[in-house]
Amino acid sequence: MKPCIEVVAIDCLMVRLFEVIAEANMPWMLAATQQLRGAFGPALVDLVPSYTTLMVHYDLTALSPAEARQRIDRALADLQPQAQGSGQCHVLPVWYDLRVGPELGLLSQRSGLTVDEVIRRHSAHEYQVFALGFAPGFAFMGLVDEALATPRLSTPRKRVAAGSVGIAERQTAAYPVVSPGGWNLIGRTPAKLFDRERDGYSLMQPGDTVRFQAVDHAEFIRLGGDDAPLEAHA
Amino acid sequence: MSRLLIEASTPLCLLQDAGRFGVRHLGVTQGGALDWVSMAWANWLLGNALNAPVVEITLGGFTVKAEDYCLLALAGADLGAFIDERAISPGRSFVLQKGQRLRFTQPFSGARAYLAAPGGFDAPAVLGSCATVVREALGGVEGRGKALAEGGRLAYSGTGGALQELSQPALPTGGSLDVIVGAQIGRFSGQSLFDAFNTDWTLDSRADRMGMRLLGTPLQYQGPSLISEGIPLGAIQVPPDGQPIVLLNDRQTIGGYPRLGALTPLALARLAQCLPGETVRLAPVVQETAHRQHIEYLRRFQTAGRACTR
Repeated sequence: MKPCIEVVAIDCLMVRLFEVIAEANMPWMLAATQQLRGAFGPALVDLVPSYTTLMVHYDLTALSPAEARQRIDRALADLQPQAQGSGQCHVLPVWYDLRVGPELGLLSQRSGLTVDEVIRRHSAHEYQVFALGFAPGFAFMGLVDEALATPRLSTPRKRVAAGSVGIAERQTAAYPVVSPGGWNLIGRTPAKLFDRERDGYSLMQPGDTVRFQAVDHAEFIRLGGDDAPLEAHA
Repeated sequence: MSRLLIEASTPLCLLQDAGRFGVRHLGVTQGGALDWVSMAWANWLLGNALNAPVVEITLGGFTVKAEDYCLLALAGADLGAFIDERAISPGRSFVLQKGQRLRFTQPFSGARAYLAAPGGFDAPAVLGSCATVVREALGGVEGRGKALAEGGRLAYSGTGGALQELSQPALPTGGSLDVIVGAQIGRFSGQSLFDAFNTDWTLDSRADRMGMRLLGTPLQYQGPSLISEGIPLGAIQVPPDGQPIVLLNDRQTIGGYPRLGALTPLALARLAQCLPGETVRLAPVVQETAHRQHIEYLRRFQTAGRACTR
């Protein structure tokens, strides 16, 4: 493990830890995050993790570029992967249904699996949260069963309902709020993914794990889900 | 408390501060004043913290009426501002008597003006900032990410001192825009590297607070496709069409397009005052040099004299 440090802006350095996306990266990414937060303390402005990198944005009035580099070097000198299970594990209820997941049929066709089997496979895996981005609380999770991997829609939807659960290639995610989106929709969760009143704001944090649990329509509604069909949002 | 009634506004008139920090790992964008230099000078004129909440007025179309005696300061673009029928130039603090109107008409020089009030305009801190990000429904006067609108009110609770004027114009101008070159720079063709730093770039009309597109000779990236990673402020990303986009305060937090590098904060302040159709040049600079220049510039806020105007 020899991280590479790259200059990306006047006050940002990119710590590159891996070359490929893998679930096995996560224990290292979590350990590096913790070490860097400790090493920079109040001089840290933001630490932005993504699949293989950590972008360190530091206070340029507190540290010179050389000092920032030194802190990164020292923080990562004897990096050890963090023990599994250090992130939180979330269970997200999902109502998998064609009314709110119009691409269930497409995924079934492409994979040659029944819709029930598509649902079973999507909800069988415990996913890693690799990064948040696109919108507050939007968590990029993976890796999805290879049979379910599907490219993004060629024309993104103008409006995707809040809670929509989708697949893009081997990643899965849920939309925190109504937004445009090009992922293949397979269901909807009633979970509130981003809440400014909640401690930590986002339900899912980088390094957490997520399991989807199929629920029926009645349970979805009981949990506060909005079953308005997609057309109403278009 | 002193209040201003908003009589005219546009979706481009927004309450801003330095931006939202410490939450980017949750997908929350940075936000904040695009021309941070002018925001800082507007606040400086009133003795405020340099990042106190201000109004960012882009292109004009903004009118407020004083409901009380108000002390205010203006810096940045000359957007043809008038107090009732009297023209007022940026770079000064001034009084708006109860009933008087402050009106911004159209851009004469620059694109964005910054209006400050003693102690900053009142607004709730949402995730640590009042920066308005409409897309994320965060910030602004009510905290829900709304642009300033006709019928709304601005208020402040601070008290001001004597009237001040900047001894030199605060509006950053001239020269090329400094770019800290990034690690992917070597993956662009040699010709593209020459073109990037030796040809004119025209600002496209496709520009907003997320990014500004530059039109010119298309740049060729020859490296492998990239995995999404954090995007710094001012990153110059090059999508497959080869026309670079400078990513600004409201950019998405991660992305996977190759990058030439990132503009320095001083260059970003200058870019924020450019209008579509204007041309700019890019110049490479190393991180250490840019850092030194930046710290030097920040010193001006400590050493600049406050000239009383009356």
